[in-house]
Amino acid sequence: MDSVANIILYFVVAIAVTVFSVMAVTSRRILRAATYLLFVLISTAVIYFQLGYQFLGAVQIAVYAGGIMVLFVFSIILTRKPGEKESFLDSHRRAIGISVSVAGCILLLLALFTMPLFSGVSLSEALEAGNMITMKEIGNAMVGSDRFQYLLPFEAVSVLLLACIIGGVVVARKR
Amino acid sequence: MDLSILWYLVPSVIMFVAGVYGFVTRKNMIALLISLELMLNSADLNFVVFNRYLFPGSMEGMFFTLFAIAIAAAETAIAIAIIINIYRSVQNTDINVVNKMKF
Repeated sequence: MDSVANIILYFVVAIAVTVFSVMAVTSRRILRAATYLLFVLISTAVIYFQLGYQFLGAVQIAVYAGGIMVLFVFSIILTRKPGEKESFLDSHRRAIGISVSVAGCILLLLALFTMPLFSGVSLSEALEAGNMITMKEIGNAMVGSDRFQYLLPFEAVSVLLLACIIGGVVVARKR
Repeated sequence: MDLSILWYLVPSVIMFVAGVYGFVTRKNMIALLISLELMLNSADLNFVVFNRYLFPGSMEGMFFTLFAIAIAAAETAIAIAIIINIYRSVQNTDINVVNKMKF
């Protein structure tokens, strides 16, 4: 049995995710779409916090809601005039989009609800079953090279980010 | 009332499907990138939820999400650099204007 506070928090976040993700792809003003995406990302961070992954929620807010959204807003401002709306969708393209997404939605939900894998574990039981993840554990797993430790991906990501910095400068540079 | 695993997977499905819809219908490149972020985010959410409910003793899902966030940040930065470069060349960022590789 989960606490009432958790259930209320779940419903607030789930409704926010649903509504804002639909609005992010249907809004005709692109800056508003980016703002709705920001709300979706923050709601996802709240879900991470609720599931007991505090570090991950903090990373989500700092990297996604902080870093990536600033990039989005800057690029929108650089490439579009303020208040400019997108043109109306042609009905052909909208029909394809709606049919693809409705078919995908039905298929995924069908797969989800017929999956035999899921037992009825509640959130409080799941939170009790796993111990709290401390920063020490995360740090050890991040820079260790044993089983279930992630030194190689960690270093690979650092090289990737370096390549990304150089690539971004080279691609966006004025010639 | 119990919050079982399905409760968290349903918003994730809706997020993913919204991303697919945006990816098919949008014309602006930045809007396409926004749809892409939605899809990536729903996959990240699935990793974390499966980790919490099915394997609560380990933290592999969390690390997969961490690295996915790092890679998504890199990918977005490069994509936005390319979009700004395209805007400099053709003064537009619609995908039906950009149909040649070389100008």
